[in-house]
Amino acid sequence: MSGLDAFAEGLLAPAATCPPGLLTWNGSAPEKRFAVYRNNVVVGLVDALADSFPVTQALVGEDFFRAMAREFVRVKPPRSPVLALYGDGFAGFIEDFPPVAGLPYLADIAHLEYLRVMAWHAADVDAITPERIGAVLADPDGLPQARLTLHPALLVLPSVHAVVSLWAAHQADSPALALAAVDPAQAEAALLWRNGLEVEIRRVGPGTALFIGRLQQAASLAQAGAAAMAADADFDPAATLALLISCGAITGITTPRNSVA
Amino acid sequence: MQPVASRLPARKHRSLPARAGIGLKPEHFRAILDTAPDIGFFEIHAENYMVDGGPFHHYLTRIRERYPLSIHGVGLSIGGEGPLDEGHLDRLAALLDRYQPESFSEHLAWSSHGGVFLNDLLPVAYDAATLERVCAHIGRVQDRLKRRMLLENPATYVEFAASTMAEADFIGEVVRRSGCGLLLDVNNVHVSCTNHGRDARDYLAALPLDAVEEIHLAGFAEDSDGAGAPLLIDSHGAPVAEVVWALYCHALDLIGALPTLIERDNDIPALPVLLAEARHAERILERLQPAAHGVAA
Repeated sequence: MSGLDAFAEGLLAPAATCPPGLLTWNGSAPEKRFAVYRNNVVVGLVDALADSFPVTQALVGEDFFRAMAREFVRVKPPRSPVLALYGDGFAGFIEDFPPVAGLPYLADIAHLEYLRVMAWHAADVDAITPERIGAVLADPDGLPQARLTLHPALLVLPSVHAVVSLWAAHQADSPALALAAVDPAQAEAALLWRNGLEVEIRRVGPGTALFIGRLQQAASLAQAGAAAMAADADFDPAATLALLISCGAITGITTPRNSVA
Repeated sequence: MQPVASRLPARKHRSLPARAGIGLKPEHFRAILDTAPDIGFFEIHAENYMVDGGPFHHYLTRIRERYPLSIHGVGLSIGGEGPLDEGHLDRLAALLDRYQPESFSEHLAWSSHGGVFLNDLLPVAYDAATLERVCAHIGRVQDRLKRRMLLENPATYVEFAASTMAEADFIGEVVRRSGCGLLLDVNNVHVSCTNHGRDARDYLAALPLDAVEEIHLAGFAEDSDGAGAPLLIDSHGAPVAEVVWALYCHALDLIGALPTLIERDNDIPALPVLLAEARHAERILERLQPAAHGVAA
């Protein structure tokens, strides 16, 4: 066992412990001093989660959220000093956390909030111009085989719960009664993208979410469109392309004949 | 081996001015661009900007065009037992390359262990093995970043039975062997000396003060230890205390005027409150000559 093992283990141990080999100038017991480090580590990481998951916190209350986040910190402490993206895995942890079994939508809300942070910090990429998109769309032979490159901040989350409505009901500009009107068991799909410096979240149909998901996996427009139409009779490919263009989400197009990026 | 710093060009990067700066906080991005405050420099925590894009880089790019910049790392774990995280060092190199800061600094502490990031600046034993390790890590950082780094003295709450050197002597030896500079955190001096029953002025006098290139000032919180003695916590959540201002003036009398950061990372007030604290530091700096060892006036 190396010198720092016991110190490191004591920081995340559930019960207060104190590693051997500590000194205090006045002979006081070192436990209370070591507790400062324990507190710094856990509170700092719980605070980082609270920053990233405000709606998750609002849904369970601050005390419960912090207790749950403490458990997560102990089970899955960060592996990287870049804390902006700490919380990958928090939704999965919530899904298997027995005390919140009565809130089946909570894990998807946490997932949505994690995607929001990812969209916030995603790389800056310029959209291609509407004129260049139009040139591809105007070629009916090439269009079905076209493959789109989408903006890294464009993300989708299909859910069997009302994730967008629940999230929206917790925003500052939401009417006070909005939450009571939400049926959590209503399936919704979320679309996230960065509009200037803000992350926007809106509800889209299941076909749209599936279509975008397939495009992100490098399916052609024809392949993605067929999958979306098979799954969702209301899927509208033209409206979905218009939505992607209005979000500035198309950053490249390749067709069998040419490539625009 | 010759210390890396002496093999590098002495002034490849321009220095921070011997003025006051403040930590750059997202809460203040817009206000800074809208009001263009007269401030000496901004300092960022490197790890907060290790993201691909978005608002943080948008604002930092614009603010950096207008002000000198210090990049302050909190995650390199220079005191750690394992090798440095080369992936993290790569991210750091990319960030420094992008923003070309006037200064880069890190801590005499560890924060990662066994692949886990512990998100705190943890204390090291001051012994021969740690000295060797810290110097090797600093050498690797300076080689990889191709610049001299500043090392910050720590705020600590415990000491180790294994220590064989006083903290100030340990830091002096690190500076001598690695060629790094020193970031003198005056609040940490007060906090650590109070927590370990030392005299802060004696401690200062034992440091290699001619290596100091930047000063940090911050607020602390007060608790008590198991025997009821004062235990100060380096909280960065309060204004700079009077006792720390007094110690700052004493340090400047010994060294001369140096770039001075007002650090505030918790309970962050409105921008004008931090600017007022920075102005207080500037009034003290204006009474002094710049430090003799090459800081830009």
